[in-house]
Amino acid sequence: MATNPMTQFEVYSIGPKIQIGNIDISFTNSSLFMVITVALISIFFILSTQKKSLIPGKMQLLAEMIYEFVAKMISDTAGKDARPYFPFILSLFLFVLVANMVGMIPYSFTVTSHIIVTFALAFFIFIGVTIIGFIKHGISYLKLFVPSGVPAVLLPLIVVIEIISYLSRPISLSVRLFANMMAGHTMLKVFGGFVVSLGILGGWLPLGFSVALTGLEILVAFLQAYVFAILTCIYLNDALHLHH
Amino acid sequence: MELEAAKMIGAGLAAIALAGAGVGIGTIFGNYLSGAMRNPSAAQKQFPNLLLGFALAEATGLFGLVVALIILFAF
Repeated sequence: MATNPMTQFEVYSIGPKIQIGNIDISFTNSSLFMVITVALISIFFILSTQKKSLIPGKMQLLAEMIYEFVAKMISDTAGKDARPYFPFILSLFLFVLVANMVGMIPYSFTVTSHIIVTFALAFFIFIGVTIIGFIKHGISYLKLFVPSGVPAVLLPLIVVIEIISYLSRPISLSVRLFANMMAGHTMLKVFGGFVVSLGILGGWLPLGFSVALTGLEILVAFLQAYVFAILTCIYLNDALHLHH
Repeated sequence: MELEAAKMIGAGLAAIALAGAGVGIGTIFGNYLSGAMRNPSAAQKQFPNLLLGFALAEATGLFGLVVALIILFAF
């Protein structure tokens, strides 16, 4: 049995080894859980929209709630112009949310606890938002780095700070999700280790903590998916409407 | 052996960042609560902002934790 709290994050290949050049692209447990995540979302939406009725059943109600939640989030933070990006934000939110929730099942694997996965998502958003901004505003999108009403003396400093903060967006977006998931899961396993080492007499206290922490982790799993999606909306808002 | 000890001390120091996150989360929830007590009708509308602020504040502390883990496992 695994004794190190970090062994849960191990990625190993299942099935045959596939290699292209120096890159190992074999099917791993990480890819398996990504497939499970996408399959769960697809099955849920296919089943819930099978019988479309005016008075929704339980499944349809849940699907409509998710739809309205994301639609409201986008219209509140990024306005009406962000409507075309609704499918992207919805898939992003659901992928992160379901990946986090699948990771809460014992002995499963959390896809989002690896920085390479979250960084790929965040970097894709960063590139996409930058391209949208340049298409929408042309070269004047660079005004984003020059806030209005700043004295000319401070301007060289402010522009540098704005550029650095813009470039660090993908890093902070990805590290936030990855660190939250990894820290939470490590903490759960550490408390699980306390239960085993304290035995039948003293193990009840960390067991209670473990139960409480599992509840907290489910909250965090939802919250981080929400924050990931809402920050994407905020970045999109910056690209669509130049406020500065 | 000295390097090993220095790594342990460095990782412990990096975990101090979590104190700042604790202060930040406390400030956010405390101010939300006092604001909600003064004007309960406006509280529901600000709940998403509360969650956003909570997640942003928590993440800064976790950056410190990531630094600690990098020191421990990546070097």
